[in-house]
Amino acid sequence: MDAAAPYAYIAPFFVIFAVFGLFPTLFTFYVALFDWNPIGGQTFIGLKNFTDLFSDERFWNALRNTFSIWVLSTVPQLILALFLAQLLNNVRLKFANLFRMSMLVPYITSVVATTIVFASLFGRDYGLINGALGLFGVGPIDFKADTLASHILVSTMVLWRWFGYNTLIYLAALQAIPKDVYEAAAIDGAGGFKQFIFVTIPSLRPVIIFTVVVSTIGGLQVFTEPLLLSSPGLTGGAGRQYQTLTLFLYEQGFGNFQFGYGSAIGVTLFLLIVAFSVINFLLSRRISSDD
Amino acid sequence: MTQAPISLAAPALASPPTNSPTKKRKNVFTGRVRWYTYFFLILSVIVSVFPLYWMFVVSTNDSAAVSQMPPTVIPGGNFFTLAEQVFTTVPFVMSLVNSFIVASTIAVAQMLLSTLAGFAFAKLEFRGKNALFVFVIGTMMVPTQLSVIPLYLVMSNLGWIDSLQALIVPGMASAFGIFWMRQHFAGVLNNELIQAARIDGCSTWQIYWRIAFPLVRSAAFVLGLLAFVTAWNDFLWPLIVLQSPENYTVQLAIKALQSQYFVDYGLAMSGSFLATIPLLILFIFVGRKMVAGVMDGAFKG
Repeated sequence: MDAAAPYAYIAPFFVIFAVFGLFPTLFTFYVALFDWNPIGGQTFIGLKNFTDLFSDERFWNALRNTFSIWVLSTVPQLILALFLAQLLNNVRLKFANLFRMSMLVPYITSVVATTIVFASLFGRDYGLINGALGLFGVGPIDFKADTLASHILVSTMVLWRWFGYNTLIYLAALQAIPKDVYEAAAIDGAGGFKQFIFVTIPSLRPVIIFTVVVSTIGGLQVFTEPLLLSSPGLTGGAGRQYQTLTLFLYEQGFGNFQFGYGSAIGVTLFLLIVAFSVINFLLSRRISSDD
Repeated sequence: MTQAPISLAAPALASPPTNSPTKKRKNVFTGRVRWYTYFFLILSVIVSVFPLYWMFVVSTNDSAAVSQMPPTVIPGGNFFTLAEQVFTTVPFVMSLVNSFIVASTIAVAQMLLSTLAGFAFAKLEFRGKNALFVFVIGTMMVPTQLSVIPLYLVMSNLGWIDSLQALIVPGMASAFGIFWMRQHFAGVLNNELIQAARIDGCSTWQIYWRIAFPLVRSAAFVLGLLAFVTAWNDFLWPLIVLQSPENYTVQLAIKALQSQYFVDYGLAMSGSFLATIPLLILFIFVGRKMVAGVMDGAFKG
């Protein structure tokens, strides 16, 4: 009885993962080979979904949008997080807990609530942001209509939600750098800025890589913001100007009930993420062996 | 699992600097704090909190007050009028109850299942242990959100469409949770204690429940909190699998408010605020623990 205990303790995870994680993932590859309609039935069509997808301008559009939103949200976010972590890393800082806690407030706010509030703040006619821009004689900007402006809007929401979380991760990593390294650098005559470039950044490299990976996997799956902004439609704006890949998947799967075509989008996204993870793994291995 | 936030998978993927056996001094600056430090940190507090404040402002004013230029930025007296509309337009109470059932079941299940499996991987010997653990870690790399279509077919075959268990059961298992709890057990539970308990005739279950679990209670609690928040805020999967308004979670109820009156932000904003209040109250009590948990996860890997 006791010999079986370890297996009994880990079994729930494996059973649940097998049924609701592994099987659906493998099954996606199968469904993608069919013209699969949940009501109408299924016909095997080989790789036709994929050839259709790669010649579908809507797919390339969604891919471009996803990439653009990912860059616009990740790059400023991580730089900001690094900067704030550096500021927080001081033992004499007053109200340190208040600062840290307030940064997690966006994280506990749902993406649905976030989108609704940001849509109002960035509204064309009565939005506070356009009101503020108006004071400088700019705008009003119709954030949902213009491609770049809509990407900025979605990215701002992603950035707002995650910058504090990443700040805390960087702060923890900063505190784990041995103090001796800084002292040695100071003895060698490196000032604050040089220490940051030659000690802090290299020491944080593994954590930075890790946050880039996480933001990328998250960035490829941005969905709720564009869905609610284009509500009740699923196209991400009249010209699909902010439709992301996951929203495109949802539109095909649950808007048009093209389960096969939707799964082909899922498989493609899956392969993109795997490719990115492999590239990143190789890169980070090279970097760590360089050290 | 399906809805596990990617962020939680974080610590395992990277290999951040690990603490060496000899205790190093913490790298915290001790110099004088400059004025600009406070300036930027206070700015970041305002940026973090203002959207919630704005939510409150809009849900306490009538729509005329916020639909003018410049709009009002001060709370009005209209809170209960709008809140009442929220409760009569959609089954909002029911959706709060549904969200609570889903999020708390997932949180408790994750705490229990993750500590059990984490305990087994950290402290018990069994064949295939290492390979199985590597498999668990590997599952964190699989973006299961992309398989929603087949998952929908699975649920359809089980007859679980439009039911809460379609949200609960997939969310109960967490690879990250197992990984995280294993790290904690490895750190705090020593083998002599387990040996001694065995000699005293304790079964494996008794060792887990009486000795091991109490030692990691606090870490397990943080895990449960993060699971609760994630489940409360989840949107894509509930949107796909739930159909009748009385089964909606609170996020779907907000969306329903938004679609009905999407020109008037007041109602959706009031719903958003009401849906966020429970988490805000929770956060006031356990926010410090959550901060510690996020920072802990960051370098425990």
